Amino acid sequence: MNIIVCIKRVPQTADADVRVDSSGKDIERQRLSFDMNEADIYALEEAVIFKEKFGGNVTAISLGGPDAEETLRIALAKGADNAVRIKAEELGEIDAYKTAQLLALAIKSKPYDVIFSGCMATDDAYSQVGVILAELLGIPHATLVTKVEAQEGKAHVYRELEGGLLEHLEMALPAVITVQTGINVPRYASLIAIRRAASKQIETIGKDEISDTSLTLNAEIEELFTPPVTKRAEIIEGDAEEVSTRVATIIKEKGLI
Amino acid sequence: MAGILALVEHRQGTLRDITFETLACGRLLAQQLGESLTGVILAENPDEFAEQLKSHAHRLILVNSPVFKNFNAECYQEALSQIIRSENPTIVLMGHSAFGMDLAPSLATSLSIPLMTDCLAVDFHDGILKVTRQMYDGKLNARVKLRKHPSYLLTLRSGTFTDDQAQLNAEIVNLDLALAGEPDYRRFIEYIEPVVGEIDITKSDVVVGVGRGIKEKENIALVEDFAKAIGGVVGCTRPIVDAEWLPKDRQIGSSGKTIKPKLYIAVGVSGAFQHVAGMKGAETIIAINKDPNAPIFNEADYGIVDDLFKVLPVLKEKISEIKG
Repeated sequence: MNIIVCIKRVPQTADADVRVDSSGKDIERQRLSFDMNEADIYALEEAVIFKEKFGGNVTAISLGGPDAEETLRIALAKGADNAVRIKAEELGEIDAYKTAQLLALAIKSKPYDVIFSGCMATDDAYSQVGVILAELLGIPHATLVTKVEAQEGKAHVYRELEGGLLEHLEMALPAVITVQTGINVPRYASLIAIRRAASKQIETIGKDEISDTSLTLNAEIEELFTPPVTKRAEIIEGDAEEVSTRVATIIKEKGLI
Repeated sequence: MAGILALVEHRQGTLRDITFETLACGRLLAQQLGESLTGVILAENPDEFAEQLKSHAHRLILVNSPVFKNFNAECYQEALSQIIRSENPTIVLMGHSAFGMDLAPSLATSLSIPLMTDCLAVDFHDGILKVTRQMYDGKLNARVKLRKHPSYLLTLRSGTFTDDQAQLNAEIVNLDLALAGEPDYRRFIEYIEPVVGEIDITKSDVVVGVGRGIKEKENIALVEDFAKAIGGVVGCTRPIVDAEWLPKDRQIGSSGKTIKPKLYIAVGVSGAFQHVAGMKGAETIIAINKDPNAPIFNEADYGIVDDLFKVLPVLKEKISEIKG
């Protein structure tokens, strides 16, 4: 089985102080750490699980700058066989639509039976790329998937809806499956695998290879800003003893327990 | 003809809340642009939904077919493509829901319409459409300009637009479309209800929510112990379930449970909007987090900016004392 997984290197912003840079359109990246997008980690694991079950090979593909090769090497260390980087630095402004168009161009020439991606990237939060990619390749898709059971040429997939309800679908392969976090337990890469991945070849695709000049950009970020605060908690000051006494008093006065 | 088109979302025979929010956003835009709002109901026997939505739109398009009993993005795309081609709407709206996320990107691509997802606000002036949406784990908002085009497709974040009890009287249009039916390559099989566990966190007056800040699986016991002492139960955020530290039935948020306890204490919870959606109905919210910029402090009534491992044992003692 030929398995493709689309991954993205993103700044780790969940617990970080995120600041707008001087352009007003981007963030200050120097103080942030970068890693594989969370949902993509699960997508990669699902791809490797498929390979272990059905045989074949996994190709990890990423649109990004030279740094993205570090993330692709992690994918190689975790079980991907091939890695492809689409050189973002040569391709100008990027949005979800253009990302999907570039991925489609890169994937079109390769054999594939199933394509995995994360259901959302934590940086731009579009949740668009996998589904657009499927439409451009002319194959079906399913999003927010938390379980997949594949057989010859078809798959039973389970999508997670609001409230934890699952939607069970039967799909023909090839298809694009966008993976929700929690679908599996991602493995760690062993030191030996990391060392081996360091010397592997990474295929690159840039403006010389991408002849199609009709790439469309749908969206342009005009401004980034701190979300307006509509409500703010009353912050209780003091040491653990003081704040605890105060909170206990509030709970008592309000009759909350 | 121009206008605003809004997709009606329903599941298991019931209209979803996002439908009313999407129609509310549609009315705002229709008023601004001097256009009308049309709701699109794709359903098996759509008349009852139409009755419930009559006052919410200027016009309702009804397509009656058994293929719309349950959601299938392929069937929805086939019908909506035909409707959008003949209506030429200025803006098409739907929820940024599990349905909208599955449908909008392929629909927009097949029609070559610019799409933007998860919108919090929409601004349309002089033919230029700009939306406000969140990026970087909700830490920043972005103003995004879309490529100029006669039509746009937007998905809206749930809980953002408020239903303002409109008093319209919609014209009903029954549409007979030629539909191919459910394709072989994607078939709906069934819905599977979430597993019911031992503890129902929606029934408790006191819930202690635990998030990524707890760091290790072993530390969950600390929170369990705290909750027990104050007479509450433990719920959690998605990452805790993903890591398999607590079962799925403890998850609070849009893809988990919605709780409305008297007291919610968030422990090491950053406050992602998906989590907030499940707990903002709590009467009183207290948050403990060492990051003063954590979004949870924009939802909580009271905040403690400190290390949860330092605060929790003392707080447990103090609350036990007042309980007597």
